[in-house]
Amino acid sequence: MQNIDLIILLAGVVAGAAPIVMATLGETITEKAGIINLSLDGTILLSAMAAFAVSFDTGSLLLGFAAAGCVGALVAFTVGVFSIYLGQSQIAVGFVLTLMCRDLAYFLGNSYARLHGPQVEPAPIPLLRDIPVVGPIFFSHNLPVYGSLVLIGLAWWYLYRTPMGLRLRAVGEHPRAAYARGIHPRRIQMIYVLVGGLFVGIAGAVFSLSAKPGWGRPQGAEGTGWIALALVIFGGWHPVRAALGAYLFAFLQMMGIYLQGWFPSIPAQVFQVAPFPLMIFTLVLMYLSRKENFLLRAENRPRLKSILKILSGSAPTALGKPFRPE
Amino acid sequence: MKSEPVIMNDSAPAAARSRRVFRFFGEIGLTLSIVLIFAVGVLLLAGAPPFSAFYHLFKGSLGSGSKLGHVLNTWVPLTLCACGLLYTFRIGLWNIGVEGQVMVGAVFTTLILRTGMGQPFPNAFIGLALLAGGIGGGIWALATGYLKTRGGVNEIFAGLGMNFVAQGLILWLIFGPWKRPGVASMSGTELFPRELWLPTAGFLRLSPVGFTLTLFAVAVTAVLLRYARIGLNLRAIGGNPRAAYLFGLQPGRYMLLAMIFAGGFAGLAGGLQVSGIYHRLIPAISSNYGYLALLVVMLANYNVWAVPAVAFFFACLNVGSIQLPMVLQVDSSLAGVIQGTLVLAVLAVHGWRARSRKAGSS
Repeated sequence: MQNIDLIILLAGVVAGAAPIVMATLGETITEKAGIINLSLDGTILLSAMAAFAVSFDTGSLLLGFAAAGCVGALVAFTVGVFSIYLGQSQIAVGFVLTLMCRDLAYFLGNSYARLHGPQVEPAPIPLLRDIPVVGPIFFSHNLPVYGSLVLIGLAWWYLYRTPMGLRLRAVGEHPRAAYARGIHPRRIQMIYVLVGGLFVGIAGAVFSLSAKPGWGRPQGAEGTGWIALALVIFGGWHPVRAALGAYLFAFLQMMGIYLQGWFPSIPAQVFQVAPFPLMIFTLVLMYLSRKENFLLRAENRPRLKSILKILSGSAPTALGKPFRPE
Repeated sequence: MKSEPVIMNDSAPAAARSRRVFRFFGEIGLTLSIVLIFAVGVLLLAGAPPFSAFYHLFKGSLGSGSKLGHVLNTWVPLTLCACGLLYTFRIGLWNIGVEGQVMVGAVFTTLILRTGMGQPFPNAFIGLALLAGGIGGGIWALATGYLKTRGGVNEIFAGLGMNFVAQGLILWLIFGPWKRPGVASMSGTELFPRELWLPTAGFLRLSPVGFTLTLFAVAVTAVLLRYARIGLNLRAIGGNPRAAYLFGLQPGRYMLLAMIFAGGFAGLAGGLQVSGIYHRLIPAISSNYGYLALLVVMLANYNVWAVPAVAFFFACLNVGSIQLPMVLQVDSSLAGVIQGTLVLAVLAVHGWRARSRKAGSS
């Protein structure tokens, strides 16, 4: 049996969750404006491939990240045009793009498979890294990881503390009312579909240039997009809670590695599956927390009540319903 | 989105009709050009000669009898899954869990075939195994359905979660209780004895049982969805659940029914993969056919008669692309790129038509 060094474990969680956090925040922003971008899983792979290919050819990590962001925004743009302007089902377009981008990534990235490419260098922050416990967990990583931490606060501040964020949420909740107040719902939705896609693309770059460096078939980022989509719901469409969900998920994945050390007869893939039933269970609890007769039953059970309180959250009212101006 | 029969009005001037025909072929031409331009662009980007890639796609799928047999063997699970999805789409459910339903069907079939090893009446066991496959897929779909109707979990996320769980189940079985004597590996469980293989016939190496079952599934689906009351009720609930409820239909019950149909067909597809193709359980037993079937149904515009043709075309692309890595050193995922582009182009043309019609009427 191996011992768990808690600090190393938590530092690994913070680093490993970085791309998931970015993708989850990007999707939260998009969904807050009322659009579901279901293409995440494919987008992450395609942008991961683009990031690796570009930085391999040019030797510049910055260009790699930029390329990934552009790819993410481009896929999101497709979702936006189809759903906002052509009136097609967001789910259908997103799903087709998920499969297509994944295949496109494998096809175009074929010649870059299993090559040794550039990686983001670790950049511990001086002074802060020497703080006991907190230092190694938060301040001994690389720039993308710090970026993911900053982004959590930034997304929350933007959504809930700025006039632009208010407009964004107004469009997601009640586009008609927003329209009456002189806001263009379609324009706003398109902007945040692009912004969300940009973050998802950068998340892909974080995979292929930092968290799971390199490209191949499979890359190792497969499935992350779907997890990010579930985490948005898990987080009740709140950026901080969604990010916490991403850390919980990364923690469960890390625990899977330890558990595998303890039970070597069970293949690793089984442990990687473990978070999914948990996610479904949480979604059921979230649904029940909105049911009145279930709440009554929970009334004299304080622990259940507090769990339900934490889990409560509701989707933007106009999520998935395209706005059509008269 | 739903295909409405075009009412041919005899009194309409011939000019209007020819304009409609012209536009119909114009749209097809536009769709195909979008796909062709995109595919050529992608091939050039990957440094492959486009013309010879298309040639190899064709030669690799319809170039010989054994290739055609391979195509039909792919067509069978694809069409079965797509038929099942017609029920769930009709009621407005996105059954992404179809992939896991194929896998669990395969697991149930394997279970029965394992108990049938060395027993008399192997054919009875094969029949029982296929039936078990359908039941397994149905149970897995029913779980997702209950999560939707009772647990309030969106069927997309419930289905995806169940897919990952099914994949975990298969890996656990292959590496755990059903591991091959000696060493467990990703190549799957041990082969079944020959008498438990689904018999194949002719130079196509195609199983007549699987092929007949698939044709039967298409016919049953067509009758149920187009001419029976269940099809009407599913469409009524899919169109407006509240109104259907007031009309005395219970949406929850019909959702579960649609899920059972979808899961049953998908599970049967999984069972046929085990008993007819691989003769064992392998980790990639579903071969992504469930996900691909969703695209098939979308491209067929939710029309049951178009499903077999679209599935055949998709099967050709899948089989034709297998040899691409050898002859052109490009990845076989070109098939998926073309399939996705095709569906996207159709959606774009649809949206464009709806937009221009609205602009014309107002």
